[in-house]
Amino acid sequence: MIKIKKDVVVIGGGPAGLAAAAKVYDNGIKDVMLLERDFELGGILPQCIHNGFGLHHFGEELTGPEYSQRFENKVEERDIEVKLDTMVLDVTADKKVFAMNKDQGAMEIQAKAVILAMGCRERTAGAIGIPGTRPAGVLTAGTAQRFTNIEGYVPGKKVVILGSGDIGLIMARRMRLEGADVKAVCEILPYTGGLTRNVVQCLEDYDIPLMLNHTVTKIIGNDRLEAVEITEVDENMKPIPETSEIVEADTLLLSVGLIPENELSKKADVVLDDRTGGPIVNEGRETNIDGIFACGNVLHVHDLVDWVTEESEIAGEWTAKYVKGDYKRSEQKMNVKAGENVAYVIPQSIELDAEDRKRIPLYMRVDKPLQAVDIILYADGEKLYSFSEPFAKPGEMISVPLAQKTLDDLDEVSEIRVDIIEKEEE
Amino acid sequence: MLEKKTITCVACPKGCEITVEHDGDEIIDIMGNACPQGADYAKEEIIAKTRILPTTVRVKNGALPLCPVKTTKQIPLELMDQAMNKIGKKEVEAPLKVGQVIIKNLLDTGADVVATRDLPAN
Repeated sequence: MIKIKKDVVVIGGGPAGLAAAAKVYDNGIKDVMLLERDFELGGILPQCIHNGFGLHHFGEELTGPEYSQRFENKVEERDIEVKLDTMVLDVTADKKVFAMNKDQGAMEIQAKAVILAMGCRERTAGAIGIPGTRPAGVLTAGTAQRFTNIEGYVPGKKVVILGSGDIGLIMARRMRLEGADVKAVCEILPYTGGLTRNVVQCLEDYDIPLMLNHTVTKIIGNDRLEAVEITEVDENMKPIPETSEIVEADTLLLSVGLIPENELSKKADVVLDDRTGGPIVNEGRETNIDGIFACGNVLHVHDLVDWVTEESEIAGEWTAKYVKGDYKRSEQKMNVKAGENVAYVIPQSIELDAEDRKRIPLYMRVDKPLQAVDIILYADGEKLYSFSEPFAKPGEMISVPLAQKTLDDLDEVSEIRVDIIEKEEE
Repeated sequence: MLEKKTITCVACPKGCEITVEHDGDEIIDIMGNACPQGADYAKEEIIAKTRILPTTVRVKNGALPLCPVKTTKQIPLELMDQAMNKIGKKEVEAPLKVGQVIIKNLLDTGADVVATRDLPAN
């Protein structure tokens, strides 16, 4: 087995890994290796051919492949060692990365720091357990996206989509444009899990019905899907049998959520958060293991790649500092807690001593949608400050800046909490 | 006839709810937009919806059988099916460069169809 020594190993060449690797390099650590299991860089972006990427980061609207290309170019322009078609098998807590590929066989790479950027994968039919047969034609929206946009096969002609996540909405339009009859998007919740712009541009533009409070209760067909049974649900998400209708379909796409892919993280003894499914991290995106960082969808599922980039650049910056020995975890750790109507907050703790830092962005999602909200920050139960937003939706991540100056003024605070509640009438 | 319509702006991911008061194609008032882009968007939504069209084009001898493409500017929504037909008939030879023009002046819209990635030859 080949033995290699590297300052930093980045696992995953999607948007998170690309941005993190470039940032590590730009912060003075040049000995960087990026490992990617696919034959090319970009992760999921090359198959996300739609526009809407980059509005925050670049101030212009790009497609997924264009967004990816900019970061691929960035990595290429730097002297970063990229290994494609390379599978990482194991990562240890002492930062040994075991990987293999066809040319070099097995490798043991001893790193000073590791960045986990493996992304996420889709929940499948098995994960939601729809009753009925198991014919061909039931696939995840992302798989259908890959077939349609990369491999050149449109996977069906009469389509029902279960789940109104962004990939489901995007695929509703995509399959409609490729000539399929997209019958409906069913969402078990009373609101969509996707971005508003996708509901407008993908469904309303093409008169595709969005059936809220509806789910698929039966899959019908032997070799190939023939129909699905769609049923309305009550407020406890229980199907109301008398509302069932049979809809003819040869394809059922599932857009029912994403799961951070943390098999490698667990091998390295990284502790995961039950709510996010990703590692618990401090503001440098460092996990409980010194020198192992995480960013992008492996940490928590993002709605916009722009946020992935921002977060991965934070991880890259702190990874470089770690390798240079520029910081240590402070003795006083401040926990960041998700309060009322907040599903989770990233980072889960603030514990790094940093000079010249102006603010720490806190990323969060709400549990349920609300109109006119107050976002309120507390330090050990005492109100710090609040501000208002016109709405908060579970599908759209909220970024709240915590000013360093505010932090400096806090003495011996052990917990920051965020509530997002309905605005009080003035 | 005076009408009021609420539109979700898609100019950026913020998704402002914009209310437009209009009489046919005549815009009387626009409310709820956080930026001027929102006002332009709302106006277009009433008079004539336009969208960027992202799709794929078939590729000969490429590392992949398809290359993603888009229109360089928004085209009328009602032209989408015609545009898809036109782009669907096209086949191009690899290698391709991001930004390379695949179809000029698509359906006389003034928009070109361009590649959105580099695609090496096989």
